[in-house]
Amino acid sequence: MTKEELKSRLGELLPSATFEEGAEWTTIMVDPSAWKDIARQLRFTPGLDLDYLFCLSCVDWKTHFTMVYHLESTIHRHILVVKAKLDRSDPEIATVSDCWRTAEFHEREAYDLFGVRFTDHPDLRRLFMTEGWNGWPLRKDYEDPVNMIKL
Amino acid sequence: MDVGDHTRPGAEQFPRPADPFPGEVHPTAGGGIVISKLDEIINWARSNSLWPLVFGTSCCAIEMMSTAAAKYDWSRFGFEVARATPRQADVIVIAGTIVNKMAPVLKRLYDQMADPKYVIAMGACATSGGPFFYNTYSVVKGADHVIPVDVYIAGCPPRPEALLHALITLQEKIRSGATREQIKVEKPSRS
Amino acid sequence: MIEELSTTEQGELVINIGPQHPSTHGVLHLIITLNGETIRKVEPHLGYIHRSIEKMCESLSYRQFIYVTSRMDYLSSHINNHGCALCVEKGLQIEIPPRAKVIRVLMDELTRMASHQLWWGALAMDVGALTPFFHAFREREAINDIMEETCGARLTMNYIVPGGVMIDLHPDFQHKVQEFITLFRSKIDEYDELVTDNVIFRSRMEGIGYLSKVDAISYGCSGPTARGSGVSCDIRKLYPYEVYEQLKFEEIRATGGDCYARYLVRMGEMRQSLSIIEQLIDNIPEGEFQAKTKAVLKLPKGEFYSRVETARGEFGVYIVSEGGTTPYRIKFRSPGFSNLSALDHMARGHKIGDLVAIMGTLDLVIPDIDR
Repeated sequence: MTKEELKSRLGELLPSATFEEGAEWTTIMVDPSAWKDIARQLRFTPGLDLDYLFCLSCVDWKTHFTMVYHLESTIHRHILVVKAKLDRSDPEIATVSDCWRTAEFHEREAYDLFGVRFTDHPDLRRLFMTEGWNGWPLRKDYEDPVNMIKL
Repeated sequence: MDVGDHTRPGAEQFPRPADPFPGEVHPTAGGGIVISKLDEIINWARSNSLWPLVFGTSCCAIEMMSTAAAKYDWSRFGFEVARATPRQADVIVIAGTIVNKMAPVLKRLYDQMADPKYVIAMGACATSGGPFFYNTYSVVKGADHVIPVDVYIAGCPPRPEALLHALITLQEKIRSGATREQIKVEKPSRS
Repeated sequence: MIEELSTTEQGELVINIGPQHPSTHGVLHLIITLNGETIRKVEPHLGYIHRSIEKMCESLSYRQFIYVTSRMDYLSSHINNHGCALCVEKGLQIEIPPRAKVIRVLMDELTRMASHQLWWGALAMDVGALTPFFHAFREREAINDIMEETCGARLTMNYIVPGGVMIDLHPDFQHKVQEFITLFRSKIDEYDELVTDNVIFRSRMEGIGYLSKVDAISYGCSGPTARGSGVSCDIRKLYPYEVYEQLKFEEIRATGGDCYARYLVRMGEMRQSLSIIEQLIDNIPEGEFQAKTKAVLKLPKGEFYSRVETARGEFGVYIVSEGGTTPYRIKFRSPGFSNLSALDHMARGHKIGDLVAIMGTLDLVIPDIDR
């Protein structure tokens, strides 16, 4: 599907999503509370079939977080970028590890480095840091005078 | 009969060699005797048969593997078998960065090794944190924060020749009695 | 380091493998639950080489952060640098000269071959054959010599920069690569004779670690791991970059889904890399090796993503820029991270020896996973 066809298809399927302009791939912004159902729709709707989640990241914008999901369809070869804005004081979003198994590890990483909680995740634990580590290292306000030597 | 006594008549026919090989037989008036202290023989034997432990965390491990392979073979110098278990190894070559999570593991491996044991810090990361010195929250800035190190190698990653040079330096250090191990033994005990 | 951690209620044994273990994959800590010798669950524990690269890159400029990606997946260091340079060039919207494009592809394919050679030697060593390790390193040294003359380093070369390559090719490069091609054509047949048809090797690889096509896509596997299950995912074919569109090469896929299929995919890829180098080595265009760029690079505000095909799979660089001289957020999508998440699924029901074979065919490089 081309970018325009994808855009129109998504427009009718997900009326609540807003589109971002000027990016390389089709980008939509969704509401985090509706993410679980939207993810299932993106994964299983025939014609969309977005079955390959190739990147799951979190960006800290100092006032809020943004979760960014890069999805691709191996059948139709179109790419979609989904973004969701999260509240910084209590970041929480539904897990998508039932649609895309790769999300298990990626969400553990986001939890470990940013502190984002994923509801219904099968095993949400720290991945890279030691068990008792205090703080969320990749946040912009992370201070660690013991370990970090600033240039 | 003391060979070192040059005041005896006839001793000038048998000049002392400048650099005695331990165990070398020195000709004297009445035949030959072996001169050396027991320590020299033990140090020579130890230095020529150091078995390294397989411990590579990151990129330097590939250069360590290249040193073990056929072109820059390190078993010519006595590092014949790389042991997988620390109980049977003599020298641990820390090849790679040490991070906070790995430091207790390194300490435990070092404790499990039997005396006499030696440590080589290979590469910039093990020496001082290397390219990961600034602005990292999880890197231990130098393996000597965790275990005492005998020889440091610079480079990122160091060439196999540099690793061989360090191994030979360690051998010379052992032979001359200057490693931490040997100095520790010679210190007088306070009791 | 194997010690009994505990026993579960069903009387199953929980033991450690790693983080220091004689496989040459790096520091991977696996906690496996065993029933006798059969594996019930594999749980990887990561973080033993987590060097906080993403945080560090937020304080490095766009020319500086590339050296750090060489050290992430150190066996495909050129290809990692290439991915970063492509992302920065996308942001700056500059065109690189054709000579630089061809040099980049040549270096990429040489690196891919060197990585596969080491993989082959290490896999054979894990499975029990010690000799192929030395054969592999002997050929790898030939590639390292070629790299050293041009790039100055054997393993972590910061040669590919935004705008092109850092310095022009050494005058001996073409001649040495042509010699290497003739040498390696005979050696790769030797590799096949030595290991591929060996009856012990086959019985250890066939039927082990089955990964179906649907599972491979769901677990996000890419590269030879997914192509061994029949998934078509070669970025060089699907989203071509540099000069890959004009080259004739095949995407090697197998349908077996087991360890032997993944092994055959990588052996085929080595031959394809050799043919790509043959097509290019006589036709390197003359001209500039670097486009004119400013000394201090500033990316405009926005997000940029680039994908390249490393020896392990798809490597992605995601840069979020606020218009400054340093990136606001960089995320590296590493191929090993997703490939590793399929290990539990593949290893259930097998024995510990099979686990070693499966890890060998996944071709894991742990600093790539931990970043």
